[in-house]
Amino acid sequence: MRLTLKYFASLREALGSGTTLDWSPAGEPSAGALRAWLRAQSDAHAQALAPGRAVRVAVDQVLADEATPLHDGAEVAFFPPVTGG
Amino acid sequence: MTRVSIQEADFDVGAELAALQGERTDVGAVASFVGCVRGHTLADDVSALTLEHYPGMTERAIEAMIVAAEARFGVRAARVIHRVGRLLPGERIVLVAVTSSHRRDAFQACEFLMDYLKTHAPFWKKETTPDGERWVDARVADDAALERWGLASRNATGDGH
Repeated sequence: MRLTLKYFASLREALGSGTTLDWSPAGEPSAGALRAWLRAQSDAHAQALAPGRAVRVAVDQVLADEATPLHDGAEVAFFPPVTGG
Repeated sequence: MTRVSIQEADFDVGAELAALQGERTDVGAVASFVGCVRGHTLADDVSALTLEHYPGMTERAIEAMIVAAEARFGVRAARVIHRVGRLLPGERIVLVAVTSSHRRDAFQACEFLMDYLKTHAPFWKKETTPDGERWVDARVADDAALERWGLASRNATGDGH
């Protein structure tokens, strides 16, 4: 499936602002499965997206969680906890 | 009328409140909150803040918060402006303004929107200090503030699993 991947704040600094990704998931495509797959792509990804690190995810510009399913064409964003206001 | 604006420019609070009230005669209360850049934290002097956001999601998330506020309180109209980019101590960051028939709804809707925005709108602050730049950490107290309204919030806590 084709995904638009985005990173913000400290994750953007570590991994770039994102990319278009052709992803062939091994199992059910979810935000958590994508995060796990991305960890295997480089040391920087492994560190920035490590289990236990506070990483939030949005799917199609709505806050989601790791169980949220992904569909072809989805926009998936990873970022640290928000600090606006 | 535009309800949500994300912009680099400052805003005129008086003009925004006047526009929100407009010609309506059913508005008995206008409540607003203005957030400003603090020049120091407990640890350090802060010479500037740089705010980043997620274009598209930000507007959409805040619009959904206004809809939630309308469902809970007797809101006549609401306006949210949030600045992004580089801001100096003393500068305004955010305006939340609400009109209603009576003050209680206006006060509550204003506070609700701020609590919601702090924990669910995709903004990130970076502080410039004498030791360099650093991202601001999310606060558990902000999650607790939203939970007072009966809404679960795990922005600052939890590992995302």
